[in-house]
Amino acid sequence: MLPGPLLQVEGLTRVFPGVRALDGVRLEVARGTVHALVGENGAGKSTLMRILAGLDVADSGMIHFKGQAFVPRHPVEALRLGISMIHQELLPFPEMTVAENIFMGHEPTRGPLGWIDRGRMEREAAALLSRVGASVAPSRRMGELGVADMQLVEIAKAMAHRAELLIMDEPTSALSAREVESLFGLISELKASGVSVIYISHRFEEIFRIADEVTVLRDGRFVGSGPIGSLDEGRLISMMVGRELGAGSSCGGPVGERLLEVRGLSRRGMFRDVSFCARGGEVVGIAGLMGAGRTGLLRAIYGLAPADAGEIRVRGVVARIVSPRCALVLGIALVGDDRKGDGLVGGMSVKHNLTLASLGRCCRGPFIDPSAEDRVADEQMAALGIRAPHRDAPVEFLSGGNQQKVVIAKALLAEPNILLLDEPTRGIDIAAKAEVHEIIRGLARSGKAVVVVSSEMPEIFALSGRILVMRGGELSGELDPRRATQEDVMRLAMRN
Amino acid sequence: MIGPQAAGTWYDDMSDNANGPAGAGRSRLDWLRRYGLPLALAVIFAGLSAATPNFLTAQNLIIVLRQISINGILAVGVTFVLLTGGVDLSLGSVLALSGVVAAHCAHPGAWPLAFPVVVGMLVGCACGGANALVVTRGRVPSFIVTLGMMTVARGLALVASGGKPVSNLSKGFCLIGGGEALGIPVPVIILACVAALAYVVLRHMRVGRHVYAVGGNEAAARASGLRVGRIKCFAYVTCGALAGLAGVVLAARITTGQPNAGIAYELDAIAAAVIGGTSLSGGVGGVGGTILGALLMGVINNGLDLLNVPSYYQQIVKGLIIVGAVWIDRGGRR
Repeated sequence: MLPGPLLQVEGLTRVFPGVRALDGVRLEVARGTVHALVGENGAGKSTLMRILAGLDVADSGMIHFKGQAFVPRHPVEALRLGISMIHQELLPFPEMTVAENIFMGHEPTRGPLGWIDRGRMEREAAALLSRVGASVAPSRRMGELGVADMQLVEIAKAMAHRAELLIMDEPTSALSAREVESLFGLISELKASGVSVIYISHRFEEIFRIADEVTVLRDGRFVGSGPIGSLDEGRLISMMVGRELGAGSSCGGPVGERLLEVRGLSRRGMFRDVSFCARGGEVVGIAGLMGAGRTGLLRAIYGLAPADAGEIRVRGVVARIVSPRCALVLGIALVGDDRKGDGLVGGMSVKHNLTLASLGRCCRGPFIDPSAEDRVADEQMAALGIRAPHRDAPVEFLSGGNQQKVVIAKALLAEPNILLLDEPTRGIDIAAKAEVHEIIRGLARSGKAVVVVSSEMPEIFALSGRILVMRGGELSGELDPRRATQEDVMRLAMRN
Repeated sequence: MIGPQAAGTWYDDMSDNANGPAGAGRSRLDWLRRYGLPLALAVIFAGLSAATPNFLTAQNLIIVLRQISINGILAVGVTFVLLTGGVDLSLGSVLALSGVVAAHCAHPGAWPLAFPVVVGMLVGCACGGANALVVTRGRVPSFIVTLGMMTVARGLALVASGGKPVSNLSKGFCLIGGGEALGIPVPVIILACVAALAYVVLRHMRVGRHVYAVGGNEAAARASGLRVGRIKCFAYVTCGALAGLAGVVLAARITTGQPNAGIAYELDAIAAAVIGGTSLSGGVGGVGGTILGALLMGVINNGLDLLNVPSYYQQIVKGLIIVGAVWIDRGGRR
């Protein structure tokens, strides 16, 4: 066996339009160890792992794997060298058998025509499955398996590629306590056989239990690294969140009537029994980790994925919101967390996107009044400082920050009293971020009720008059940003 | 995926300032995409004028226009559905059904002249409405739904006619297909009106804008409070109505309601729209391009006829043009 670390990453940088996802990151993983990678959402963990697995390419920096320079341009190259990734969202072929899934892309074949040797495939699959301790038949249909078994199959697949480095992205997020135990058992066995594991998790107790070493990332930068024994939970949390608050603090202006009230709202598999209210003139921040149900909550209030139980009151009156159209009529608008997915029509111009939700105000009867539409678009572009070459430029050519302002302006044109914002500054640069924050404060000052979901702690503190924290689909607490610290929020978001 | 539109064509740009700073020329391919189709049309036009004296005559050009009128009307209709991101394969059969039903109402002295026209279009509307209902409520892909309708409508046309052509149509009715006004054939006038109306609806009316939004990004359209189902319904019903109108015009032109008319017409209509720059994934394109696409197909057919190229070769040429046009269109979209 060669000396030196199995994986060595130096100065890795990856820039996306508007954000530096990775900025000179380093990482060193020794052979036969479990290396935990921690950081808040957006710290750059996923980007780093995607680069290692060959799903993305770095702009600069060095990666050495087994002592050799390594620049994977395709997942196959990473797999061949021995790097396998178990994705958080498993990506199986549900209609194929377990054996077919394990050997996808490198099926054992016979003869020059590539006739698949089904018998050998199933035999080898069975051996691999027993090695990872899975009690599933290789001939089962993948779609019939539970999450835990699917995960074992994915690990067996990695073994089939003779993986020496296994990347696991929140592998326990969908497992029961017993399944977690057996996964940990398997990880120890893999470790003993010389396989290294990069383990990404938001659960501290897991990290302290199975990791040998830990590396902390924050805002795309390397913060620190060391043996797990040299750290405690408090130190780790402050490494993860420890940065100065952004300029400007929460708005503590006069607060008006209860515009939005939510009581016992639930949606199966998303969130349970959530109650809160938002008054005119205040910003309510909702903090929590990814998957805590925050996005689902906002989407339910906006009618995109209505709740199964509970009630929503708007100005004290019970409202039945079954579609975004209902919500808009009631004066509720949502700025979603997915600009490309359901925020913008990429091929349409800035102007057409702006007026999409409120075209009626630029119309005479069924006809669009072009001059009225131009005027509305120009007004909004000026009011929010949207920098675009022209109002008729396709919106997809704008920077992330300007696209986000278009989404916000579109929502504002519907003249809502209640504005829901989901990760309003995700993926935009710092200058645009400050501008969006100022817009949000201005909305609250003008008497609107604003609810902001954000995974960025400083943002939550910079904007909110009150902070609600969600964990595992439930509200886990409410904090006053003037007295609480980021560590307090993190504890409510993570403790199990 | 959204079919991203890097820069519009000058004839169907949804922005009002196609040549402004927004669309400042970036690459040669871009330029080719923007002006390629009219340029190709001009080159073919010039080439045919030079190659044969029979091409560039008023009489021949009117023949070309009359030949494309049925396909043009169908293509304008299917453009609406394509813009929403769907497809309509039932056009040819709906055309036959409408033609047969209209022909039944067009016997001499039976009804006023407008009646068969209205009935034919209503039959088309009903078929389009049925398509829309299953697509929106049942969430069945439009390809499947309209494939089914293609067979159902053909069957209905055979039932309605007893499998035989419906003849003995009134003189007035037949003028819809064979008449002329100021030397211009009536079908050409109808196509011009349909195209103009569709252009106004898609570019200047609210519902038209919504059609583009639904095709461009359905999730964003829904999240913006648009009634996606109704908008799709509008597109399919419009498409059906125009197929009905085309059926009436065809029945009038051949003076019979033919249950076997219009087989594979839907493919020519889709081809015209696609050559004209309308994206099969929705949200991109428009009526201007569709008409140019139909014209291109018509001029090439006519030219090959005049040059005595056997019709077998014409098919090969047509196929290559369809693929080539889309290839160029894709090339600029990275």
